[in-house]
Amino acid sequence: MRLQAVTANRLLDGEVVYLTLAREWSPLLDDCCVVADADAGAELLAAAAKSVQDRLVLDPYLFDIKVDDGAISPMSRREIIRAAGPSVRPDLGRQPVQPEPVWE
Amino acid sequence: MYRYDEFDHTLVSERVAQFRDQVRRRLSGALSEDEFKPLRLMNGLYLQLHAYMLRVAVPYGVLSARQMRKLAHIARRYDKGYGHFTTRQNIQYNWPRLEEVPDILEELAEVEMHAIQTSGNTIRNTTADPFAGVAADEIADPRIYAELIRQWSTLHPEFSFLPRKFKIAITGAPHDRAAIKVHDIGIAMRRGPDGEPGFEIWVGGGQGRTPVIAKRIREFLPEPDLLSYVEAILRVYNQFGRRDNIYKARIKILVNDLGIEAFAEAVEAEWRATRDGTLRLPESEIARIAQHFAPPDYDPVPAPSADFAEHRLATPEFVQWVRSNTAPHKQPGYSIVTISLKPEGGIPGDATAAQMEAVADLSEVFGFGEIRVTKEQNLVLPDVKQFELYALWEALKRHDLATANIGLLTDIIACPGLDYCNLANARSIPIAQQISRRFASLKQLHDIGGLTLNISGCINACGHHHVGNIGILGVDKKGTEFYQVTLGGDAGMDAALGDIVGPAFAEDAIVDAVETIVTTYLEIRQDGERFIDTYRRTGLAPFKETLYAAH
Repeated sequence: MRLQAVTANRLLDGEVVYLTLAREWSPLLDDCCVVADADAGAELLAAAAKSVQDRLVLDPYLFDIKVDDGAISPMSRREIIRAAGPSVRPDLGRQPVQPEPVWE
Repeated sequence: MYRYDEFDHTLVSERVAQFRDQVRRRLSGALSEDEFKPLRLMNGLYLQLHAYMLRVAVPYGVLSARQMRKLAHIARRYDKGYGHFTTRQNIQYNWPRLEEVPDILEELAEVEMHAIQTSGNTIRNTTADPFAGVAADEIADPRIYAELIRQWSTLHPEFSFLPRKFKIAITGAPHDRAAIKVHDIGIAMRRGPDGEPGFEIWVGGGQGRTPVIAKRIREFLPEPDLLSYVEAILRVYNQFGRRDNIYKARIKILVNDLGIEAFAEAVEAEWRATRDGTLRLPESEIARIAQHFAPPDYDPVPAPSADFAEHRLATPEFVQWVRSNTAPHKQPGYSIVTISLKPEGGIPGDATAAQMEAVADLSEVFGFGEIRVTKEQNLVLPDVKQFELYALWEALKRHDLATANIGLLTDIIACPGLDYCNLANARSIPIAQQISRRFASLKQLHDIGGLTLNISGCINACGHHHVGNIGILGVDKKGTEFYQVTLGGDAGMDAALGDIVGPAFAEDAIVDAVETIVTTYLEIRQDGERFIDTYRRTGLAPFKETLYAAH
């Protein structure tokens, strides 16, 4: 089953945000609304499109996630870094998801 | 340094007011993102992975201490306390808030800076030799001509919607420190038969997904004809450059499709009609601009001083730093100092607000308050008395700015990569950090000698990987970062594109691969050979063998 969520950047400061169950935007990946089929994904994107019109966010899109023991994490390196902040500046960004420690 | 005249001031402050109004209209809903995006890009404002990114132009890489302090202030007040110096001698801020960008631009205008034409399909900031005006090997000061090009190209109505972006680089020295052969137009100062100044013109170079070494279009262009000839090139490109395919829209594709002879003929035909027109540079105008770049009031200091010699004997680390981070100055008793922004494990090109302020202060104490940005993402203090080098080195150490690695393996060019950039496929910075830790020993670095290593996180090649002696290109293979290695690239007068050595390396193997390449070089090099010399003698074979022997 392919799990997805919707992300975008906030208009005011460009910050990474996720669409929640309440159709609001949260900076925390853990708050995202997870969908498992194309219809639900399209419904999320429709809600996101309204937020674009309302000048809340930019460029919303669906991305793949996985859920292990209730913990949500993105599949791609790009989305892991978007969720966490720059991997080279752990002091910046929210870093709710630690990128896998690649460099020992 | 060039100082704005009334025209410059008006133009920049009008642009700030325009952009403030555009941001207001965006936030009020009067402008959609589709309408606003081209406007923000015209002011250097991108949207990256985590935030907006503002790219500020540093004209031909020259900054005053006052400007550097303003850059530090902006980093601290509007960003997260640091900035990133780029391979086009500019600075980028990674975290500005949209609503505050007009305030940032207003602060920049106070110190005669802006972000105009740092994005979009326009003529970008002209880059130049960072040693301009002070290099011992210089024919003439390229800043005068870079400034003339800046004035001509800024908001040029005919060239505001080119087929694609357009980059010009200029050097005044025979030793190319501006990578002119991988620019859309590369300009090298030359002297004519009677000693008169002029230019050799190269066209159609570039990196990105289709790397090309420029072709020479004119062996000698007289000084007064600079702008009319460059404009003729732009006109031919603007008319015939492709607009149907973004990947084939740069001038290098046009020059390649037409052939350099046919392209040159088209330029000549255009130029014949315009060369004696309004763009012909009168001597008085060149002299007026040249005044801004008159040599400072140098002290007639002895060279080298006894104090300098004494410290050289006593402090090996200082000797290493002098060897790698200073260059010959045209004025006896002075040196050009390059400040490395590549400390062990650091992020290439990043400087904190405190470091920027320290460099501004040091530029005044140990010079005339002038700083340069290099395409290698370092900073330069152009006028340091040799007998003060030791004191400067001690001061730089206090700010973690004294790494003795300029031109050496750990002086790595790296684009922001997937840690920041929306276009990237892989991370660049962590690779650079790992390599700089692996080769942290200064003795080892200096034994290896001159070697450039450049890393890009995608095919757009902002990290100049094509022209690194060792080039690393990050690629995405099914969601995993891999790194392709090229060898033999060179950004100088003997410009060359690197050759792909073989299959890409996984992220946990790339640093070992670099070490294997370096070890192989050390084993096969002959007396006095730099890495690039050895590579030119042997080609890929010995490196392929050691890199893939076990596979």
